[in-house]
Amino acid sequence: MSVSTRLAEIRPARSASIDAFWGMLLRDLTVLRRSMGAFVVRTIAQPLMFVFVFTYVFPKIGQGVGGQGAGATAFSSLLVPGVVAIACVFQGIQAVALPLVQEFGYTREIEDRVMAPLPVWGVAIEKITSGALQGALASVVVFPLATFIPATPVRLDINWLELLTFLPLATAVGAALGLAIGTRAEPRQVPLVFSIIVIPVTFLGATYYPWAQLDPIPWLKWAVLLNPLVYMSEGFRTALTPQFPHMPVAAIYLGMAGFLVFLGWLGIAGFKKRVLS
Amino acid sequence: MAVETAEAPASRPIENAVIQTRALTKVFAGSIRAVDGLDLSVSEGEIFGLLGPNGAGKTTTVGMLTTRVLPTSGDALVAGMNVVENPNAAKQLIGVVSQSNTLDRSLSVWDNLYFHGRYFGMSAPDARGRASELLERFRLSDRAAAEIDALSGGMAQRVMLARSIVHRPRILFLDEPTAGLDPQSRLALWDVLSELHSAGQTILLTTHYMEEAEQLCHRVAIMDHGKLLALDSPTRLKESVGADTEVRVAADGDLEKLADCLRSFEGATHTAVVDESVRVYLRGSAGVLPRVVDHAEGAGFTVKDLSLSEPTLESVFINLTGRDLRE
Ligand SMILES: Nc1ncnc2c1ncn2[C@@H]1O[C@H](COP(=O)(O)OP(=O)(O)OP(=O)(O)O)[C@@H](O)[C@H]1O
Ligand SMILES: [Mg+2]
Repeated sequence: MSVSTRLAEIRPARSASIDAFWGMLLRDLTVLRRSMGAFVVRTIAQPLMFVFVFTYVFPKIGQGVGGQGAGATAFSSLLVPGVVAIACVFQGIQAVALPLVQEFGYTREIEDRVMAPLPVWGVAIEKITSGALQGALASVVVFPLATFIPATPVRLDINWLELLTFLPLATAVGAALGLAIGTRAEPRQVPLVFSIIVIPVTFLGATYYPWAQLDPIPWLKWAVLLNPLVYMSEGFRTALTPQFPHMPVAAIYLGMAGFLVFLGWLGIAGFKKRVLS
Repeated sequence: MAVETAEAPASRPIENAVIQTRALTKVFAGSIRAVDGLDLSVSEGEIFGLLGPNGAGKTTTVGMLTTRVLPTSGDALVAGMNVVENPNAAKQLIGVVSQSNTLDRSLSVWDNLYFHGRYFGMSAPDARGRASELLERFRLSDRAAAEIDALSGGMAQRVMLARSIVHRPRILFLDEPTAGLDPQSRLALWDVLSELHSAGQTILLTTHYMEEAEQLCHRVAIMDHGKLLALDSPTRLKESVGADTEVRVAADGDLEKLADCLRSFEGATHTAVVDESVRVYLRGSAGVLPRVVDHAEGAGFTVKDLSLSEPTLESVFINLTGRDLRE
């Protein structure tokens, strides 16, 4: 029963921080495991509907994008990378931003983790890591949907080196975006975040068309470079469906790395601002 | 109404203090001096109280000692370490219960304790054992699997307390541990705190309930507007009032005049007008009430209500500030 006899020893900051980091990751994964059903539902709802309507219903009723035959095949293949990229951004919002809005809200649930022996920026990095892991899992869930639902065959030509480097980068960018949003938005602003950020980002993210084909609308082509999702979609496009035109690979790496640094910095700064005064 | 306790014990640092502040100051954006040149030391095994009204700077003081608020100037030390320079080591040594329920809503009661242990580097079996042991000890075992939102306020507070000591901190910070609790839950929490104290736990708690400070704390620092007004044991603080009896008189009419009039009452040391009544401080309580009524009514006042008590820590606060703790 005694409190004093076995008091905590002071451990080196480094190993205490690493343990705290793993503890938090374990916590997030436990929460994820216990709500796996909800995770799958929230992950597949949007892409399932989208893929179903555009690549199954439309070709069957002879209407819509790409028409029938070769055009339809092209469109259903074109969609795969976009759908995977959107899944990464959605995870960033759903696995990082929305929980953070609550944890920073009136419950201040984040406090116990902030009081753990690791620097405040470490807690923020943990959030990005756990969001990225959930983003990767979401991509794995969404990928077969986009591949097997379409009525017309999907043609993939996977470049594994690119896929395995773009995937962690893209999921981390999605999670960093979630952190940046989650540390700045108030609970009552959540609906606004969806209309002002999530919807434009997904529709103008080179997800449903290759970025290079925006040539006829030059202003849009250059404006969307400010959208991190463009690099994620283009990355998955070169890695999965290189038959379509895409941005130079180096530009994609650069864009994703740049946004990771920028959004990560924005998120960590926002995080610090919310917990320290 | 100068009070001698203000200087002497406050500025005398304790050797081997486990908590120490030196001229600790926090100025928030704008120019709110939330904490203003605070000097405190708390020794090992002590239950130390920070008593003050809303906005006195209690939470800000605890925030600076627990690394979440950065001091504008001055030092905050735990176990001799500056918390700004050594936040990691400081966090390992302290346990914190905040003013509001910050339990992790995504986890069960048991999980809250378990993962807290993991954050502090405990192995899975250690954290498991410790979580179950503490729930048992705080009589919460039957709630182990409960969701946080299903707990009553008193239970949530006990879970917070249990969580804060999972990693066996040397120093425990409790910010208004019983605010908003019903009297029964408050007593239950006091019991738990006494138990922790007898096991050797150092505790710094903040409160604006004078009873809590009187009942639990060895020493109490009275704060107002970020400044330390007095610091001593509850008994010595009450002695500083210089009276053994406090009579409250509620009456119609000009209370300032009534206070003047009662100052000449036999045995009265001083009076104060607070909260729609006059407080008369006196030595000797035998047969005082009827004589106070006579005295007041002799001067043309109609007494509406009257009560008598020993001086409390609130009397001390009134003496120091002319206001009561609730204002
Ligand atoms: N983050 C902040 N930014 C600006 N001002 C603040 C901040 N936190 C506290 N204050 C101000 O500092 C002063 C002291 O506040 P503090 O919360 O420390 O008081 P308290 O004694 O804990 O009060 P209570 O009993 O209401 O909890 C108040 O005037 C408060 O408005
Ligand atoms: Mg407070």
